[in-house]
Amino acid sequence: MSDEVRTLVIDGRDVAGASGQSILSVARENDIEIPTLCHLEGLSPVGSCRLCMVEVEGTSRLVASCVTAVEEGMRVTTRSSRLLAYRRRVVELLFTERNHVCSVCVADNHCELQELARSLGATHFELAPLHPVAEVDATHERFVLDHNRCVLCGRCVRACDEIEGAHTWDIRGRGTTARLVADLGVPWGESTTCTSCGKCVQVCPTGALYEKGRSVAEAKRRRPYVPFLVARGQA
Amino acid sequence: MTNPAKARVATIWLDGCSGCHMSLLDMDERLLELAQRAEIVYGCLVDAKEFPDNVDVTLVEGAVSSEEDLRKARVVRARTRVLVSLGDCAVTANVPGMRNPFGPGPVLERAYLENATLNAQVPTGAVPALLPEVLPVHAYVPVDVFVPGCPPSADLIFSVVMDLVEGRQPAVEGVARFG
Amino acid sequence: MTSTEATEPLSRARRRPVEPLLPEGEARASANVCQAAGCLSMQSDLVFEALRERVVAAGLGDVAVRRVGCLGLCAAGPLVEVPERGRLFDHVHADDQAAMDALVATLAGGEPGGRETSKEPFFSHQVKVVLERCGRVDPERVEDYLATGGYQALTQAVATMSPEEVITEVARSGLRGRGGAGYPTGLKWATVAKATSAEGKYVVCNADEGDPGAFMDRSVLESCPQQVLEGMAIAGYAVGAHNAYVYVRAEYPLAVKRLNSAIRQAEREGLLGSRVAGTDFEFHVEVRIGAGAFVCGEETALLASIQGERGTPRPRPPYPASRGLWGRPTLINNVETFANVPAIVQRGGDWYSSIGSAKSKGTKVFALAGAVVNTGLIEVPMGLTLRQIVFDIGGGLAGGKNFKAVQTGGPSGGCLPEALLDMPIDYESLAQAGSHMGSGGMIVMDEATCMVDVAKFFMDFCREESCGKCVPCRAGTVQVHRLLEKITRGRGTREDLALLEDLAGMMRSMSLCGLGQGAPNPVFSTLRYFRDEYLAHVDDHVCPAGACEMDGGDR
Repeated sequence: MSDEVRTLVIDGRDVAGASGQSILSVARENDIEIPTLCHLEGLSPVGSCRLCMVEVEGTSRLVASCVTAVEEGMRVTTRSSRLLAYRRRVVELLFTERNHVCSVCVADNHCELQELARSLGATHFELAPLHPVAEVDATHERFVLDHNRCVLCGRCVRACDEIEGAHTWDIRGRGTTARLVADLGVPWGESTTCTSCGKCVQVCPTGALYEKGRSVAEAKRRRPYVPFLVARGQA
Repeated sequence: MTNPAKARVATIWLDGCSGCHMSLLDMDERLLELAQRAEIVYGCLVDAKEFPDNVDVTLVEGAVSSEEDLRKARVVRARTRVLVSLGDCAVTANVPGMRNPFGPGPVLERAYLENATLNAQVPTGAVPALLPEVLPVHAYVPVDVFVPGCPPSADLIFSVVMDLVEGRQPAVEGVARFG
Repeated sequence: MTSTEATEPLSRARRRPVEPLLPEGEARASANVCQAAGCLSMQSDLVFEALRERVVAAGLGDVAVRRVGCLGLCAAGPLVEVPERGRLFDHVHADDQAAMDALVATLAGGEPGGRETSKEPFFSHQVKVVLERCGRVDPERVEDYLATGGYQALTQAVATMSPEEVITEVARSGLRGRGGAGYPTGLKWATVAKATSAEGKYVVCNADEGDPGAFMDRSVLESCPQQVLEGMAIAGYAVGAHNAYVYVRAEYPLAVKRLNSAIRQAEREGLLGSRVAGTDFEFHVEVRIGAGAFVCGEETALLASIQGERGTPRPRPPYPASRGLWGRPTLINNVETFANVPAIVQRGGDWYSSIGSAKSKGTKVFALAGAVVNTGLIEVPMGLTLRQIVFDIGGGLAGGKNFKAVQTGGPSGGCLPEALLDMPIDYESLAQAGSHMGSGGMIVMDEATCMVDVAKFFMDFCREESCGKCVPCRAGTVQVHRLLEKITRGRGTREDLALLEDLAGMMRSMSLCGLGQGAPNPVFSTLRYFRDEYLAHVDDHVCPAGACEMDGGDR
């Protein structure tokens, strides 16, 4: 990233960022909140959850603000009725894809998906839930992976690879049958690469990864304890 | 008996835990305030046996799990002006819906055969048959207002009901939360 | 370096005998036996053996029996052509003595049998640039390719043209990407040429053809792999790349085999490798085999797969032209695009741009499939109408049925109704009509086809092939498919229809790559032209085409 300054307009406000800086990053520096899920400061951006899509004047295409660099003279809109409707739909697609039951979830009250639904004003779902049979992997001595609650954001995959350097996690399969896997598909407890550092648990936005012994609503994240990860008030 | 100045409000309990009704009672002394504006014409808190006609607002707790739930939902819808799905079970199927990946068969087996200490048998009469899937109320009948929460807070229920009896659009979006 | 030096490998190749298994002398007539996958699956290899035996037994000294690539009329295979007499024999089987007798008689100069190709629109309406040598050369013999002028364009380019001149010629031709998006090829080449990289650049050929019903790239690779390699080498010279990959799907084993053999033979002839055509230009080609994921046809997913990573797309920019394979500038074009290049360099961009329509130049190869009489591989000038393709070349609908729609562009394309049959085939017209050119799959449907069912078929395909990276495509395809399933069973409502359109619109705007963005197109195009059919399913619980089984229900 160079030090060259780029000036642009976000939601009618004149703002400035460095060349190469993402729209999302500049917006947040200016207290303009754009919803995200797969994004986490300190991990490489992948642009996969599509919640941070914004409108840019002069193009009919929406762009993912986490992976789009600011440009001189850009005019960005982060809130519109269309964006709100689309973001609600994304949250709805996630809620109906697996078996999310907030009331019995360890992450209740600490869940980014739950909070996204509230802040985006999603009060119910029109789409029929898919009710997949999803497994719970409790083979690790300290942690649990509950596929019922996984949103495939890949934050655990990136934290494990980019920060811990273990690359225990990856995604197997495709489409809606894609699943998080340890190593080449072994039970987590049998992984030979997992260092049991727990970073994946701390970065998980939902209750898919949690510490054993936690009950409903007890999976509060402790982000500041994950080195090199910048906690954004979620801890 | 009926007071034309008061809104006719009913509640009904499908497949839920009654927690939403508990939360309703949690509005404490505000129940008096509510009682000045509304008359509770049906529900597990009053003695009426038959769901009445011309109900202004009905709060539905619980998901639709059985044929009896479905029958009730249809009756209630037909006799209600504003139907409110109250709580996560009514809105998303929530905990009752956790049987959906497996279907009703294994649920009945677990409850009536595996865990039975006496007379292990799945009941076939006298209790309503389970539907293949547990679904939210709006999967079967149109719903006008959705109030998620497990349970929704007493404050929220109070404000929603007061808004409705006073003819306002209740403010739920951005306030209510699943779980 | 002089031009004689540069063409030396060519003259060396030409001195070789044309077909060592055959008698010496100029062939008076030749029997070209198709050995592409379609005919091969009907044992055209046995036809070749049997015919050769019959020719030897008949003592026909100046007759050649050749193994060639695709002859086009795939529905009627196995095919044998006798080009000198303008005859095509269809449904030829090794044990069919009458067919063999007719072939031998035709070769011997007697009463010609088979079909007279010049009188059939299937052949006479086509213009062949990409498929020029398909069905004429043995795909496994570089000598055949050289004998028909192959590698002259590459030799000419590296010996007499600057890279800029090559790019200018390609730009002048008006050639646009044949993989589907139609991006101007010359512009893409110029972008990669301008990109600087101390660590080198790459050329990649996208042969991960995966649209249902599409087999253009497979046919080209099976029939004339050298032409694609020559195009790639010219591209490498133009953009300054010395290494290249051809990414072929594993489901095309014959194409992979012939491609590998073609690379080895071209290297042996000094036309690929460390000193291309005797010059300092170096160009190495390797084949990479896909593992069965449709999404790997998307360029960023394809590049990830070549790098050995999970084949999922990433957001663009940066585009591969600036950051491609291992972060280096990469030119990625489709098989057909590369196959057009030698002719453009040799005959000039102006010649190429004289073919086709105003904004869509040249020819396009289509895999004509579905309910037409003549299914097969065709190449037509851009601007021909759908009607000419379906009714002249395709011979109209099979079984005397009525036309209903033609689907172009694969799972992200659209279904076009009868009212648009006179629309010219070019990038702009197709896009305006709600479809797109795509890679060249063209599926004709008759009156017995339910358009809601067609939309469901393509959504099912996308649901299976979504990589799962982005939410709108991963879960959206499943939900849209469920809604279509509900509608085709007669259980859908007007609300479901509204939800379907809403969700499809969101997927189009929010998905990460072309797969998810394009997945709703079959839904939109069928809604646009065949909304009545949706409404019949929803309101009356009836499938007008009689294709869907209705089970009603009260939900």
